[in-house]
Amino acid sequence: MTSRDTILAAVQANQPAPVQLPEIPQFEQSARVLVEQFQEALVRMGGKLASFGDGYDLDTLVKSLFPDAKVICSATPEACGTRPLDQNATPASLADVDVAIVRAAFGVAETGSVWLSEDELQVNALAYLAQHLVVLLDPVRIVGNLHDAYSHPRFKTARYAVLVTGPSATADIEGVLIHGAQGVRSLTMLMVPI
Amino acid sequence: MRPVDHAEASSHFIEATAHLEFHDRRLWDLRLKRDREAHGIAEWEELRNLASAIKEHTLSHLADYLEQFEAQAIKNGAHVHWARDASEHNQAVYDILAAHDAKTLVKSKSMLTDECEMRPFLETRGIKVIETDLGERIQQLDDEPPSHIVVPAVHKLRGDVSAVFARTIGSEPGNNDVHYLAEAMRQNTRPYFLRAEAGMTGANFAVAENGSFVVCTNEGNADLSANVPKLHIACIGIEKIIPKIEHLGVFIRMLSRSALGSPITQYTSHFRAPRPGAELHIVLVDNGRTQRLGMPDFWYSLKCIRCGACMNTCPVYRRSGGLSYGATYSGPIGIIMDPVFDIRKYSSLPYASTLNGSCTSVCPVKINIHEQIYKWRQIMTERNQLPLVKKEAIRIIGKVMSEPGLYRAAISATGLAIERLPRFAIYNWLNPWGRQREVPGTPKQSFRSWYLENRSRR
Repeated sequence: MTSRDTILAAVQANQPAPVQLPEIPQFEQSARVLVEQFQEALVRMGGKLASFGDGYDLDTLVKSLFPDAKVICSATPEACGTRPLDQNATPASLADVDVAIVRAAFGVAETGSVWLSEDELQVNALAYLAQHLVVLLDPVRIVGNLHDAYSHPRFKTARYAVLVTGPSATADIEGVLIHGAQGVRSLTMLMVPI
Repeated sequence: MRPVDHAEASSHFIEATAHLEFHDRRLWDLRLKRDREAHGIAEWEELRNLASAIKEHTLSHLADYLEQFEAQAIKNGAHVHWARDASEHNQAVYDILAAHDAKTLVKSKSMLTDECEMRPFLETRGIKVIETDLGERIQQLDDEPPSHIVVPAVHKLRGDVSAVFARTIGSEPGNNDVHYLAEAMRQNTRPYFLRAEAGMTGANFAVAENGSFVVCTNEGNADLSANVPKLHIACIGIEKIIPKIEHLGVFIRMLSRSALGSPITQYTSHFRAPRPGAELHIVLVDNGRTQRLGMPDFWYSLKCIRCGACMNTCPVYRRSGGLSYGATYSGPIGIIMDPVFDIRKYSSLPYASTLNGSCTSVCPVKINIHEQIYKWRQIMTERNQLPLVKKEAIRIIGKVMSEPGLYRAAISATGLAIERLPRFAIYNWLNPWGRQREVPGTPKQSFRSWYLENRSRR
């Protein structure tokens, strides 16, 4: 017998008496405005909110936020950056990116998370190899809690999907919080309607 | 193999006062943060009930869900491998790496690969393995197993980390700045991410519905390990399966809240299919899980989602450190899992508990941990796995407790003894209760004599 068949036979023989699968109810949610909840949760998780006036230019805005950045790569056509992002680029070739710009599909108010997949990222590693990440989010595309998030149909079809909540972080040495453990050092949120 | 002596190992941990004090405080702080998060969600207890029921349902239909997961994963373009035990797992991983001529493996944290002792297996075969979680990397460089399933190096202070890094990655000796140390590791690890031929992750959950799996990290190191190299290997214990994507909502809402007291990990990553031009291999591992599934009292431990809340709340764990358990899994959850791997080696672990039940109260999937610890004690006694001193003590206590006259005489004698005996007669090696603490004073009167005086005549 193959290992597969041995394991499945052992599971079949040993599994306990059937237990019913429960239904997940609709939980009552906070009556607060979603975008406010989202922003508060995001800041708690170490994300930054950038404010800007009317008539801004996205590239100018990002440059003003990161004046020292040499390489800016955008995965959304709304910004040009300093270097075009090639969808077929090898991930490692993005190692020198200072700032990456992406547009999230939606946000989650409960946790301050944003949803990204291979479609939003073009090259998945972009959101991790860059030193800093700028995320655009349409304030009307925010769901309430994680149950709402997981009912999004794109979870079923995305090859890779990630809920990103603030920047890379660690507290593995004496509980001291560090941003930029292995991934991006900062995450800046721009609430920009599509 | 010699049984682990938890009490003896703990005594060394306790000697380092600064470490002990920090360890206790840091983990209790995580417990308090967990409480604040739990209390902030009105439906918390309902979520625990749901999580427990979803897990019990899945485990009671596990064969079907495993087959569904496998079929979906294959449809997604992943390769699925099965491993009955640690050596089959390690061999399967090695074979995949060898077939791709991979010499360097970057990996995120996986308790399963620790359980299988995969790293030494691969390293003796010429594969360079780089742990990329900061805590796990510290432990790798110091040649120690993780001491906690969520925060692997929580027993170390910054000076210890500084010394390890100075010795192994060439950081500045004596520089104990935590930001400097974390940055030194970031700089050291990055070249490995860029040149490794293969990346590895574990999985927190595997979803039968669409053959995807979920990895939760705060550092983003799993996403780098999986998304930079062309080969992604995921090692998954068969108990990680859940039926549907919608069930993730229940678990993800509780996992990081229970573990670290944060609403969610910075990265909650869902892998379903390989990137174009890349390969995804999934290794499904049994290694004792099917055996545990068949144990009427103990199969519930397979519900565990590895949050570590039971460890953070356990007074014995906080004051003895994870390494004193001598096992991959430590703390209350370790006590109930480890004896399945080796009953003799881990025979002392069920006694590393006060049975206060706090572990059970904080468990997000409602595992009856303290009841299982008690049951393991019974098994250890039945199988004659008790150390002689404990066996003799329990025999005498059993006799005294079963005879009221003897019990009363013993109680008054104990009171007299604590009041009258010189210190050396109480605080010595025969009485572990007198170590690191003062024995409390005895009341002037026992309850029974008070009752006889005040109530019995009515």
